[in-house]
Parts: sequence; structure tokens; C-alpha cells
Amino acid sequence: MSDTTPLLDVSGLTKHFPIKGGFPIRRTVGAVQAVDGLDFQVGEGESLGLVGESGCGKSTTGRLITRLLEPTAGNITYRGQDITHAGRKQLAPIRSEIQMIFQDPYASLNPRQTVGKIVSGPMEINNITPPGGREARVRELLEIVGLNPEHYNRFPHEFSGGQRQRIGVARALALEPKLIVADEPVSALDVSIQAQVVNLLQKVQKELGIAFVFIAHDLAIVRHFSQRVAVMYLGKIVEIADRDDLYGNPRHPYTRALLSAVPEATVDETPARDRIRLVGDVPSPINPPTGCRFRTRCWKATEKCATEAPPLVAVEGNKPGHLTACHYPETADTVPAPRLAKDPEAAA
Amino acid sequence: MTSTDQQPFLSVRDLKVHFSTEDGIVKAVDGLSFDLAKGKTLGIVGESGSGKSVTNLTILGLHDRDRTAIEGEILLDDKELLTASERELERLRGNKMAMIFQDALASLSPYHTVGKQISETYRKHTGASKKESRERAIEMLKRVGIPQPEVRVDDYPHLFSGGMRQRAMIAMALVCDPELLIADEPTTALDVTVQAQIMDLLKDLQQEFGTAIVFITHDLGVIADIADDVLVMYGGRCVERGTKKEVLTDPQHPYTLGLLSSMPSLEGPVDVPLMPIPGSPPSLLNPPSGCRFHPRCAFAEKVPGGRCSSERPVLEVVDGRGSACHLTTEQRQELFADLTAVAQHN
Repeated sequence: MSDTTPLLDVSGLTKHFPIKGGFPIRRTVGAVQAVDGLDFQVGEGESLGLVGESGCGKSTTGRLITRLLEPTAGNITYRGQDITHAGRKQLAPIRSEIQMIFQDPYASLNPRQTVGKIVSGPMEINNITPPGGREARVRELLEIVGLNPEHYNRFPHEFSGGQRQRIGVARALALEPKLIVADEPVSALDVSIQAQVVNLLQKVQKELGIAFVFIAHDLAIVRHFSQRVAVMYLGKIVEIADRDDLYGNPRHPYTRALLSAVPEATVDETPARDRIRLVGDVPSPINPPTGCRFRTRCWKATEKCATEAPPLVAVEGNKPGHLTACHYPETADTVPAPRLAKDPEAAA
Repeated sequence: MTSTDQQPFLSVRDLKVHFSTEDGIVKAVDGLSFDLAKGKTLGIVGESGSGKSVTNLTILGLHDRDRTAIEGEILLDDKELLTASERELERLRGNKMAMIFQDALASLSPYHTVGKQISETYRKHTGASKKESRERAIEMLKRVGIPQPEVRVDDYPHLFSGGMRQRAMIAMALVCDPELLIADEPTTALDVTVQAQIMDLLKDLQQEFGTAIVFITHDLGVIADIADDVLVMYGGRCVERGTKKEVLTDPQHPYTLGLLSSMPSLEGPVDVPLMPIPGSPPSLLNPPSGCRFHPRCAFAEKVPGGRCSSERPVLEVVDGRGSACHLTTEQRQELFADLTAVAQHN
């Protein structure tokens, strides 16, 4: 890691949602271990991608960073300041620096407010009047995100999904944030529109130097957008690395399986990657497997995996900054073991 | 007449589906034709509102008859479906043709056990006894890879995970060995690892039963995995047809090319911006004149005389291959060269 303080430093971040049950006195009978001991950093102007399947805790992580949820344990440090349990007052100045873009452009915009009102909302709440006035700033923001500034007085229903997401981006940019948490910002959009929004976010990131935590399940989009990528499984980071290392040299079996499951629009007779077919579903986060959480679906699991949780470390052969949580990391020439590989020769 | 490889099993001819709404007439499907042989998979690609789901609801006769105006013909094994009575359709649905929907939780009844929902279909169409149909349900659950089918058959849908629900839906759809299966975005709501399982399952079952599959999706990657032939829809019309390989490696329509080059991939360069298709999909209440794609098309001005905005391009299909575009073959080769390289790299 760099010697300067990272913009965001997360260590041991944990969120357990209690499950209440029992009658007549309701008590806590268990916990959904949504996020369990995450460590990662985000540098200034850097984009970190969080990928994983549904239920892996990536959205919870986003909501913890923005402090929309109260962490159960661990630390969140923003520019050297501990905000893990910071109160409303203490958070107020930070809230304007950390903004969020939501998945559903239909649910995240108030249908009764005009675009102008929506985008100037953050400025109103924080009582900020930029030079030239709020309206001028909103028009400028609309221009930045590729909307017509004349649409200032229109309502969200007059816009298409892609345009609505642009409004959401404009709102997130209103206070000139340092960090934007984007939770599946394009997954609700049509394929031809997704690229428009990804390009917009990329432009914003490069030109304004905003750091991103980019949460998505689409590995190709994350690869396109993020310099560093963390793969999550059942509330834990199983692998984190620079983009090229992660996609070029995945060391965790899960990362490898995930990458191989992505259908690609190619018609190669001999695919470059073997298809690894995982069996079964993701176990419940209420009662996750002991040791390594991936072991129930892993083809390499042994006794050790059941008893000992693998730490997220630089395993042998990793480039600097590439961390993997596995007792038996994959290497480039590891034979992906007994699965429905289409072509047994290719696997050997 | 027996159906052979040459004889299409499902044949849709110049289908038009128009809905009347308060705001006017929505031309959801506007002149669509395709054929599908037994044991083959046709992938239909298109964005929301391109008419892909409406087409398939119409094939099954699930549209609202009072509000829908339909023209054209749909032949299933030489039987005209559009003029068939509701009783005839009821006999065919679930028996000869079946459908899998995107949202498995919404498509299963929460008040009945999974086993009951599967066995009822079987009882209704075959007249089997309760015991027989229950055994059949267990057998089907086993076939689609549900663990402990004897136990799970008595579970309610909410006890199943997303992937298991989709498997149960497939079991229900296939319980009477239908010859035509329509799958409407069956894997869109699933995670990639589960999606891979479901697609393998569909491919296995197709090989076993020789089912003809119409697979609707917006994901070209899924198409590359499962389809034999591809039909690209835009604004209620088919803009391009061909085999999977032809469409994905040598797209002829600017829209198909745009879709391919706007997708990021797991390989290839990362620091170049994606090439999105500008604008947004058309409104079907008031669709653009001429070629429906022309307001978003990068090549529209290359066609002389403004024909793209005035004249509807004809879809000429030769040997199952064709596209509806005014560009000449030479123009296309010249204009597409750079972009195709990018698309292929993806």
C-alpha cells in the first residue's frame, strides 16, 4: 500500500443483522452474518470494484461505508478520521464528501419533485449556495451528465431509465464528493444504455478525480471500470487484487469459477477458459460453513478448510497487493478438477 | 404430415400484435416471421420493449384477446394457433408447448406445494392418478437436479432458493414432455454460477427430449452459449437473423453491431471507452418512420436520399440469413470493418 493515508480505510468491518423470534417475549435468536471482517482501502481517485453473487454482502458493505447502517464491529476510517460510530453531527461534513448512486433509477428519485429540486437537494440540505446560485450549478451538472439543462423543471417520469440514472449521477456530484459508492448503477438498464452510463461514470471519475466503490455482479463491467477488484463470498473478501492480476491470474477457486461461468458473446470452438461448474447454491449467511465459507462448493476442500478459516494474505506467487484467502490457491496450470468441463483434453 | 428436419416445427408468419391503450395503438410486434425445427434453439435478443416477450405470449395464446389485434399466422406442427379455440389451446399448453418465466417466485403459487403444482399439470393432460402423478413429479424434480426430491416435493416454493425455484419451474414445464419450450429470460434473475447450471440443464434436457426451444434474452453471452440460430429484434421488428456464429462474428445490422461493441468483456483493452448506442429505445406508440433504428444509427446519413427515415428496409432472408438495413453490402464491409474488429475482440 502507499505510504500516504488512504481515502478510506476499512478494517475488520462486520455487520450482523439480528433475527428476532420467540413468543411472547421476542429475543434475538440468531444473526444474519451479512458482512464478516472486511479489510480494504480505497485511495484518492481510485476505483475499487466489489463483485460477488447475491447475498454476498456487497450492498451491505456499501451501506456501511456510507454509514446508512451501523457496523457491528470493525473500523471505518475516512481520511484519517474514525467514522465507525460517528454521530449525526460528526458525520454531517463527511456525508457531503461520500455520495451514493443507487441501482433502481425508478425508486431512487422522488416522483413528486422536479429534476432541479432533486439535484439541488443535497445543496439545500447542507445549506450550500455555490457561486452563481444553485440553479446555475444544477444546470451545469445536468450538462456534465449529458442531459439538457432545459429539462430543469421536468419530472422523473418524463425520462427514460438511462436518463434517470444520469439524474442520480448529477445528484451524487452536486456536492463535489471525494468518494462515490455506486451500488449496481447499471444493472437495471438495457444493454445499449449500460455502456452510456459506464462511460459517463468513467468520465466523471477521470475528470473530477473522484474515488469510487463500484458494486456490481457483472464481472465484465467491473473489470472495465475498476482499477482494483475485490471478490466477495458470503460476507468475506476471498480475493482482492489489481484488475489485471485478478482477471489474469485468479488464485481463489471461487474467483476462478465465477470468471469461468460468465457467458461471453464468442463462438470459439475451443474456449480459452474451461467452464467450471459449481454445484449447489450459496449457503445461508445465518449459519455459514465453518472454516472457509466456500468449502461446501469447492472441489479442493479438505479437513483443514473445515476447521481453519484461511486468512486474506499474499499467497506465494502473488504480485504485491494481490491477496487471496485460500489454503490451496490455484496456479495458472492447476488442473481445474472434476467438473463438467466441456472438453476434458483442454482441462488437462 | 410428419415433421422432419426440413419441416419447421414452429412457424411464425408476418405476425403483427397491436394493443389499443388509452394513449393510442401500441405496435408491439410489427411483422415478424421465423421458423424453428425440432431439437433446435432459437435465441431472440432484444432490449425491453422490443416485442420479444409479446411474441411468445401470443404463441401460447396468453394475450388479452379483447385488447389485442393480431394478424399473421402461427403454425405449431401445422396447426394454426391464432384461430384455435381456448379449449384447444388449453390442451396444447403445458402438454405440447410450455413456458418458463423470468421470475420463478411470481410464477409459482405460494399456496400449493411444488409437487402439487407439477403433478396437477401432469394429471390434467394425461389423466394419470394422483399417485402416479406424484411419482412423476418426484421423477421430474430428480431430473432437474433437486436434492432429496422425495422430501422436497412437499415443500412450498418459498422454501426453495432462486436457482431451485427455476429448476422446479423447468420441471413443471417439462412434465408432459412438450415439444416446444419457450424460455423468457429464464436466467436473468440468477447469479452467474447458477445461470451456468440452469443453461447446462436446459441443454441436457433438450438433447434428451428433442425439445424445440425459443430462448428470449437480452444477454448476447447467453445466446452464444445456448442458441443455434439468433433473431435480433428492435422496436417490434426483426432486424437481423442468422446462425449464432454469423450474427455474433459478422453482424450485418448496425444495431447488432452496436450491441456487440457496447459490451465490456473479460479480455481485451480496458482503458478505451465503451461504444454505446446513443439515444434510447423507441416508443412503440409512436415509432420512428422508415427504419426504426435510424434515429440512433451512426450510418443513417450514408444512405442516399434519406431512405432510412422514409422507407422501411425489407428483411430479406436467404438460407436463414439476412438483415433489414438499407446499407449495401459494400458499404457495410467498409463501415463495419473497424467496429467488427472491436466486437470480435470482445
